[in-house]
Amino acid sequence: MVDVPKPEELIKVDNKPPAKGWMDVPPDISAGKYPYPAQPKSLKYLDLPNPRDWSPLDDDWQLPENWKEIVHEGLKERLDKYRSLKVFMDTCVRCGACADKCHFYIGSGDPKNMPVLRAELLRSIYRNDFTAAGKIMSLFPGGKRLAGARTLTKDIIKEWFSYFYQCSECRRCSVFCPYGIDTAEITMMGRELLNLLGINIHWIKDPVSNCFRTGNHLGIQPQNFKEIVEFFCEDIEEITGVTINPSFNRKGAEILFITPSGDAFADPGTYTFMGYLLLFEHIGLDYTFSTYASEGGNFGLFTSAEMMKRLNSKMYAEASRLGVKWILGGECGHMWRVINQYMDTMNGPADFLEMPVSPITGTKFENAASTKMVHIAEFTADLIRHNKLKLDPSRNDHLVVTYHDSCNPARAMGLFEEPRYVINNVCNNFYEMPESTIKENTFCCGSGSGLNTEEIMETRLQGGLPRANAVKHVHDKNGVNMLSCVCAIDRAVFPPLMDYWVPGVDVTGVHELVGNALVMEGEIERTTNLRFEPLGDTEGDSDE
Amino acid sequence: MNGNYIFSLITVVVLGLLAFFGTTVFGLQYLFGVIVPYACVIWFVFGILKRMLGWANSPVPFRITTTCGQQKSLPWIKQNRIDNPSTGIETIIRMILEIVLFRSLFRNTKSDITASGKVTYIWEKWLWVGALAFHYSFLVVIVRHMRFFTDPVPYLISMLEYFDSLFKIEFVGEVVGTSLQIGLPGFFISGLVLLAAILFLFSRRVLISQVRYISLPADFFPLFLLMGIAGTGIFMRYFSKVDIISIKELTMGLATFCIPDGAVLAGLSSVFYIHLFLVCILLAYFPFSKLMHMGGVFLSPTRNLPNNSRARRHINPWNYPVKVHTYDEYEDEFREKMIEAGLPVEKES
Amino acid sequence: MNDKLKVIAGLIVFFAIFSYPFWNNIFNKENPEHKPVLSAEAEKAKECVRSKDYMTKEHMQLLDIWRDKVVRSGERVYKYGNGKEYNMSLSNTCLGCHTSKAEFCDRCHDYASVKPYCWDCHIDPKENK
Repeated sequence: MVDVPKPEELIKVDNKPPAKGWMDVPPDISAGKYPYPAQPKSLKYLDLPNPRDWSPLDDDWQLPENWKEIVHEGLKERLDKYRSLKVFMDTCVRCGACADKCHFYIGSGDPKNMPVLRAELLRSIYRNDFTAAGKIMSLFPGGKRLAGARTLTKDIIKEWFSYFYQCSECRRCSVFCPYGIDTAEITMMGRELLNLLGINIHWIKDPVSNCFRTGNHLGIQPQNFKEIVEFFCEDIEEITGVTINPSFNRKGAEILFITPSGDAFADPGTYTFMGYLLLFEHIGLDYTFSTYASEGGNFGLFTSAEMMKRLNSKMYAEASRLGVKWILGGECGHMWRVINQYMDTMNGPADFLEMPVSPITGTKFENAASTKMVHIAEFTADLIRHNKLKLDPSRNDHLVVTYHDSCNPARAMGLFEEPRYVINNVCNNFYEMPESTIKENTFCCGSGSGLNTEEIMETRLQGGLPRANAVKHVHDKNGVNMLSCVCAIDRAVFPPLMDYWVPGVDVTGVHELVGNALVMEGEIERTTNLRFEPLGDTEGDSDE
Repeated sequence: MNGNYIFSLITVVVLGLLAFFGTTVFGLQYLFGVIVPYACVIWFVFGILKRMLGWANSPVPFRITTTCGQQKSLPWIKQNRIDNPSTGIETIIRMILEIVLFRSLFRNTKSDITASGKVTYIWEKWLWVGALAFHYSFLVVIVRHMRFFTDPVPYLISMLEYFDSLFKIEFVGEVVGTSLQIGLPGFFISGLVLLAAILFLFSRRVLISQVRYISLPADFFPLFLLMGIAGTGIFMRYFSKVDIISIKELTMGLATFCIPDGAVLAGLSSVFYIHLFLVCILLAYFPFSKLMHMGGVFLSPTRNLPNNSRARRHINPWNYPVKVHTYDEYEDEFREKMIEAGLPVEKES
Repeated sequence: MNDKLKVIAGLIVFFAIFSYPFWNNIFNKENPEHKPVLSAEAEKAKECVRSKDYMTKEHMQLLDIWRDKVVRSGERVYKYGNGKEYNMSLSNTCLGCHTSKAEFCDRCHDYASVKPYCWDCHIDPKENK
């Protein structure tokens, strides 16, 4: 881990704006402040422009010769393609309601992390290039600045790189904006423009090229994917005595199950994966995994609409090839933004699939009638509602749980009650964090949208401050020692965030809690949970 | 940063002086009283058309609703039908609340970090109150002004005037040797609220350092312009007094394309011409500025679409095929390993 | 796109409201009789208590001050530039010359949509005959 200040230091946020106007303040692109750039091999594999070895520390970023034209034309094209961009460029009144809604602003105090200024970084170029007011004012000396316009320079490209990679596209600002201006939309466009110049980051491009090739971000090849899942099954057998034989790429299965590959790879996501396996075994679900579509997440979303579509296409392609009836999706944040708001539009219609019906309860998931993909929390909540699960919530009694609404399922879907219903049925101690930090007001983990890379740890810890602080509140008040979530990025980034800001709080997926509470047919008496931690005592990790 | 509002203030003052000297020194009453108003109205109409159609010309490729409540999913889970609409009607209700009550702004909070390291959020209602006060008093003022464009004045407009002047505020007395009288003509509360709201919006832009930092001249200019308009209006009504019948002869003339003779125009006070000219500037400035948020709020894709893209397919008109990595390509690369691992394949070797 | 039609429909509604002053007057012909008629008494008197310009714009203030003086301080005599003295009385002095409320006061007031509260207390001798 890169050296970061102590929490007592980092919490002293100075939000006094600099004396100079924001157009005159250069971004801080120094070690620890920027994500590493993408490697040329990833770009080449994906046929993306301008692959080269470069560093943001370089003076010359080796932009294509006609970089200005590329950006201008790129912006023009996007203004014509996206009403959102056009309207959001024009309607902002700079009321400032969004300013302190951004976790990166709250945590860093850097005014360019106010959503309004992040958008102004792009808006100033838009005004200069595309608006009558900007063009007329440019005729007068100093008029450009008065119009809030500026000519695109290489320094502005650097500024964009810095700040469009300090936004996690969490959409919290758009909840509060009186015109619904969504900075995620602006960041996405900004990143698309940067991508046209070959400015991308390793932590996004590497997963994207992996996913394109192997079907998942981590680059797990088919045989390894199978091995990993079988390894989970061995652990499950050791803990519960139940033997599970999941199938892979099996034609004719009723349901294709897709979940983020992060959960196949790293703790504590792996336990969530084991939770799925136990659940499906418990209800005797006719399902299969795909090694080709072995990724729920979609880092293409953090690159461009086109890349998102290229990666997402595998889900329907594989569902069609295997001849399943519908798709079940695991716990993941931005994956569900893609599925709920983009997938059917991009890669549909999914007319080769059927209206999702739970084979256990017979419930028709009419809210997924067209996309034909159901969220595991919806699926499990329905099972519990119909008493189809045998649960022993007391096995989770050593946990005092709170729930973090992941940004995308919250603000791009509205998945609030389903996971809470599940949690409340599988554990006995549940406390909500304060109102202004949950549900539609939820705070990002600080590392979403491809920012969960080690080298910018300080920025991530700043961005995660509001969330961590709310966890600390219930940790101190209610003794919460477990933070549950439905997002694989959360599961990857919360452990270090909690260790830093709220030591003593561990992280879990909702279906890990389910897996622990499930009373399986023919199981042996459980002495440990899925983490091989002994049950029965209130050890609960490093609590107190 | 001060340059931002100084520049805007100077611009508004210069515009006011232009109308003042244009009518008092250069005798350009016809220009300021007739030509400029017509030109600005035409400019306004075409400007609005251009902007709105410009926005409408860009499609909405994806359904990017910002969901602020529980989605419609299982029948036993209560959906938040306003903040997470799934039908057209629910979306319309959401939009009405957004447009009429500024619902999103109502949520506004202010965050702070205490000395003990706690991040706090308090409900910040004043911006919402100020914005509502401003927009509604402005609306009332505009509707009230319809008395200058109608004869006979419709009942609804007289009623509005009646309620607007319900609070009788009167003062008669000697102040520094001159008798001062306030209260006749009847005092309109909307004018005062409008001016107070503008001053509030202005002062938060100047006093709150973060808001000052993000403000552009384009944020101060409309405020000064409106201060000028409201200020001259209030000044005419309660202080300088104007010949209201002649003014109405002009305004009615404009509305009926039957301009009164030069004597009427020449007799009008210069304060009136300043007032009128600033209104014309506002109309002309409107379509090409942030004031277009009036139209933009209707077209915001995060608000005006139901969150139902999983239930009903949303069509992207420019959806195009992209290069994908097909299963066959995938199997070709990994076939041997797959067979070895016992994974089913399409083609054996 | 049907969405564009919605925008156009919205624009039509907006411009229909915005252009109200124009189309409203196509049907409502302006009442030409909005100028006050001077009675014979007024014509004979030739001058009012103050200049015509002042009276046009500020008579309401004058009346307010008169009322205050009469009611609060019992003063009844008004003197101005021309040296003449007037009794500060709406019913006697004002209506003494401007004999018809309907043809003098109401003409302008109706035109400008002004509803003075003079007549809440005072009566127009003609209307109440």
